[in-house]
Amino acid sequence: MSDSQATAQTSVHEDLHSPALLHHFATEEQQRNASSFGMWIFLGTEVMFFGGLFVSYLIYRLWYFGDFGAASKSIDAGLGATNTAVLICSSLTVVLAIWGAQIANRKLMIGSLILTMLFGLAFLGIKGKEYKDKFEEHHVPGASFSFEKVPIPGHPDQYANPRHAQIFFALYFVMTGLHALHMVVGLGIFTWLLIMAWKGRFTPEYHTPLEIGGLYWHFVDIIWIYLFPLLYLIDRHP
Amino acid sequence: MSDHAKSSPLKSYFGVWIALLVGTYLTYAVAKLDLGPYNAAVALIIATTKALLVALFFMHLKGASEKLLKVVVISTIFFLFILVALSMADYATRWYS
Repeated sequence: MSDSQATAQTSVHEDLHSPALLHHFATEEQQRNASSFGMWIFLGTEVMFFGGLFVSYLIYRLWYFGDFGAASKSIDAGLGATNTAVLICSSLTVVLAIWGAQIANRKLMIGSLILTMLFGLAFLGIKGKEYKDKFEEHHVPGASFSFEKVPIPGHPDQYANPRHAQIFFALYFVMTGLHALHMVVGLGIFTWLLIMAWKGRFTPEYHTPLEIGGLYWHFVDIIWIYLFPLLYLIDRHP
Repeated sequence: MSDHAKSSPLKSYFGVWIALLVGTYLTYAVAKLDLGPYNAAVALIIATTKALLVALFFMHLKGASEKLLKVVVISTIFFLFILVALSMADYATRWYS
């Protein structure tokens, strides 16, 4: 009775099924859209997460305008600019990795993934140098914080209030630290993507994990694009 | 979302990459000029342009077929706007009391 029906159904089923298509999706496009949709919602929550910090930065910057300028000037803007360029290059290698998967170019895909991770590590190394400088200058908020007799930009006769400058450095460490944590998570994700790519799991039809991981990486890049001018480049003019 | 692969996107990828590097240099150079209150405005305009380039071309928001995606992006920006606007409605007007 239903035996013939059942075999007929499975054979039809297998015709429809590409191996990458999960059972509960109608088409591969729907499956891809569902995945990236989920990632974009997550990124939306991340915007709000960082948004709170950006708003507290904005409020304190308006309240302690000159003190923030003096504190920002003590950070090495050259290192910050280099890090911005490094992250931009890493974003390029991410899209090249996805392009490599789309045209089934294994060398381009794996090479770009490795380059992305190297850029990410370079970013963290430069960040570490910056933090080391701040520790040596006693600019880390806490018991040994010291910011005495630093003139306010544009007002050489006035000194910055160390308590207000400390708030700038607290925001600096929390915002760049949280961003660096996202970079570490991103490096973890890309390690996994590299292993998957090495095993040949990504094809021109199926490389959704690369696209989703890439969205995350680009988002972390966008956060840095805002952090750089806000933390490093205020009141730089003579 | 990803069937844009017919023609090579490499040109736009490298173009956006160069534009982002130029933007970084520009924001660094402009910060050294004294524009008064416009320093912050210029910095934020350059940063937003760079963020848009990344979102539109690297994150493929341009040409995304899924309309729900646009709903998510627009509501994200909207909620961020509420966060900033209502906070500043308090903190920025305290001087008037």
